[in-house]
Amino acid sequence: MTEPLAAFTSRVIPLPAENVDTDQIIPARYLKTTGKSGLAEGLFFNWRYLPDGTPRPDFVLNRPEMQGRAILLAGANFGSGSSREHAPWALLSWGVRAVISTGFADIFRANSLKNGLLPIVVSPERHATLFERLATEPDVEVTVDLERQRVTLGSSPGAPASARATAGATASGGATAGVPSAAGADADADVFSFEIDPFARRMLLEGTDEIGYVLARLPAIEAWESSNPARVNTLA
Amino acid sequence: MADTSRPRTLVEKIWDQHVVAQEPGAPAILAIDLHLVHEVTSPQAFTGLRERRLPVRHPERTVATEDHSIPTLPRERGLPMLDDQAAFQVAQLERNCLDFGIPLHGMDSETRGIVHVIGPELGLSQPGMTIVCGDSHTATHGAVGALAFGIGTTEVEMVLATQVLLQRRPKTYEVRVEGRLSPGVSAKDIILALIARIGVGGGTGHVFEYSGEAIRALGMEQRMTICNMSIEGGARAGLVAPDETTFEYLHGRRHAPQGAAWDEAVAGWRKLPSDPGATYDRTITLDASALEPMVTYGTNPGMGVAVTGRVPSLDEAPDDASRRALDRALAYMDLAPGQPIAGHRVDVVFIGSCTNSRIGDLRAAATILRGRRVADGTRLLVVPGSQQVKAQAEREGLHEVFLAAGAEWRESGCSMCIAMNGDQLEPGQYAISTSNRNFEGRQGTGGRTFLASPLTAAASAIAGVVADPRPLVDRRPVVVEGR
Repeated sequence: MTEPLAAFTSRVIPLPAENVDTDQIIPARYLKTTGKSGLAEGLFFNWRYLPDGTPRPDFVLNRPEMQGRAILLAGANFGSGSSREHAPWALLSWGVRAVISTGFADIFRANSLKNGLLPIVVSPERHATLFERLATEPDVEVTVDLERQRVTLGSSPGAPASARATAGATASGGATAGVPSAAGADADADVFSFEIDPFARRMLLEGTDEIGYVLARLPAIEAWESSNPARVNTLA
Repeated sequence: MADTSRPRTLVEKIWDQHVVAQEPGAPAILAIDLHLVHEVTSPQAFTGLRERRLPVRHPERTVATEDHSIPTLPRERGLPMLDDQAAFQVAQLERNCLDFGIPLHGMDSETRGIVHVIGPELGLSQPGMTIVCGDSHTATHGAVGALAFGIGTTEVEMVLATQVLLQRRPKTYEVRVEGRLSPGVSAKDIILALIARIGVGGGTGHVFEYSGEAIRALGMEQRMTICNMSIEGGARAGLVAPDETTFEYLHGRRHAPQGAAWDEAVAGWRKLPSDPGATYDRTITLDASALEPMVTYGTNPGMGVAVTGRVPSLDEAPDDASRRALDRALAYMDLAPGQPIAGHRVDVVFIGSCTNSRIGDLRAAATILRGRRVADGTRLLVVPGSQQVKAQAEREGLHEVFLAAGAEWRESGCSMCIAMNGDQLEPGQYAISTSNRNFEGRQGTGGRTFLASPLTAAASAIAGVVADPRPLVDRRPVVVEGR
């Protein structure tokens, strides 16, 4: 069971690397664990640490201002390769709650949604714009609202307030005055909507468990099994 | 209900047959025929079952083996585990299988091996099935005409508890490979060429169906090599329609249907191939006769060139992001833009993994290694995919060919493909590997990987550098298929 996923606001970690594979997200030597916790230590281990174990000062996660940030803006096609669910576990364990990219590998996306890590797909144009915005405004506050399927870029300290009229929406996701509807959101550079599997969205918002959903439909499974005999018997 | 009167693809037929229920707005509840389990991605799922006080719904549709963490050193050295954590993980799987009644092909079993080698080998993987495993290379089993795909650990728990998954219908992507392969060019070169063409995300959201003259001409093991790496092209699954080659391979295997049940099964399997006029969401065509042996130069499987080719220069990259990715990859690999890939030093040669460790792969490597020696300063590791492959190779004397060439001959396992068991590269070393991933650090922190076929790997072992195998193979196509 997971907690219902409420809107949240965070600054953003930029990681402009393409095709980040799950071996980079969490190297295989961390897969010997039999639990789900404590994987933050292994997150991007080979990018975060030098061979002698000291942090690489130039890697983004090691920068002091990145600590506590919950949104990762990654390059195209994030999460390719191995099916290891340790990848979303490690990201969540470090504190990342949403990843924005132009696309996600299928298994990583499925694993993320089952753990409350939001994979947010944006167009290549918006993706480029977001990186540009972070370059000029690295501390911009961003709100991710799953219920409204909306991302809002708020004001950051020092930015002109007039240009950040939608910042009020960041408080709890409840203040929507002045925010365009999702359909028209793409016209406004500060607010955009995103697509997500409606079923996964419902599960996350309700904090519902998929196994519970399926077990409630056991009669349908039993009916299917009674008319479709087993293909193999592994015990034979 | 599915409309079964219109022409359907192989994938659609398997999908339609396995849909238990489909509620509006929800994913399909898809029945799973076979669930493969290994030590790395299952412990948390069993913990979940215990917390919920649920049994495994169908232990007789579930099978486990140990492959990722286990040592491959010869048995007389006692198969020591790498460390306590690996030992605990393997012990945990044994405990879980015992507690939940799941058959385990464990450490001392003659049928143990890499999960994607033993599934087809034991006849467990059959046409028309849905097959899953907490492992992205589950696509391998698509070679027998099954819809087989990798899942995460939460989904492993789902399948253990319910024998179904919640799934959206995938899009279909036909990969036609026409023409005939030249001598010295093999299935690995087809799949590396495909991924080089479409990129590592090219198949995302899709399932590949491999078709065409070149695919039909391949034996089962070579089809497994191709399907195995579907995931490296972004597709969760890849299938080959079952045909006489498939039936001949499966006939008589331990878990294949026997007697009258066999005839009945084959009659059903013959209806699986895509109907004439069935359409795919996407299609691509490759010409097998134009392919050369392929080698990767970069840090993802899409960064591949012909062995006669050169590392791309930065100005060949189509956009800024690709240029940065190439620049980063070449820095990691310590390769210069534009340099020929052949002739580059290799420290280690790894012949193994769920991609290329079957008897046909070992026979192919042996055709090149027979009567030759591995170059001074180069280490060759030959790791069979299963204990049965190992025994077969030893019956044929292949191990003597490898040992005489100066290679190490190991027990079966994933070994240096994922470097979890102590078989790994040293920082800075170059390996040419028959495995599936050349990601940074995949074969050991700081290690660098060139992916290639068993023929190319064997030729490179002799040369001590990346080498074209074609001068060392005779002019006949290599027919070394295992059955």
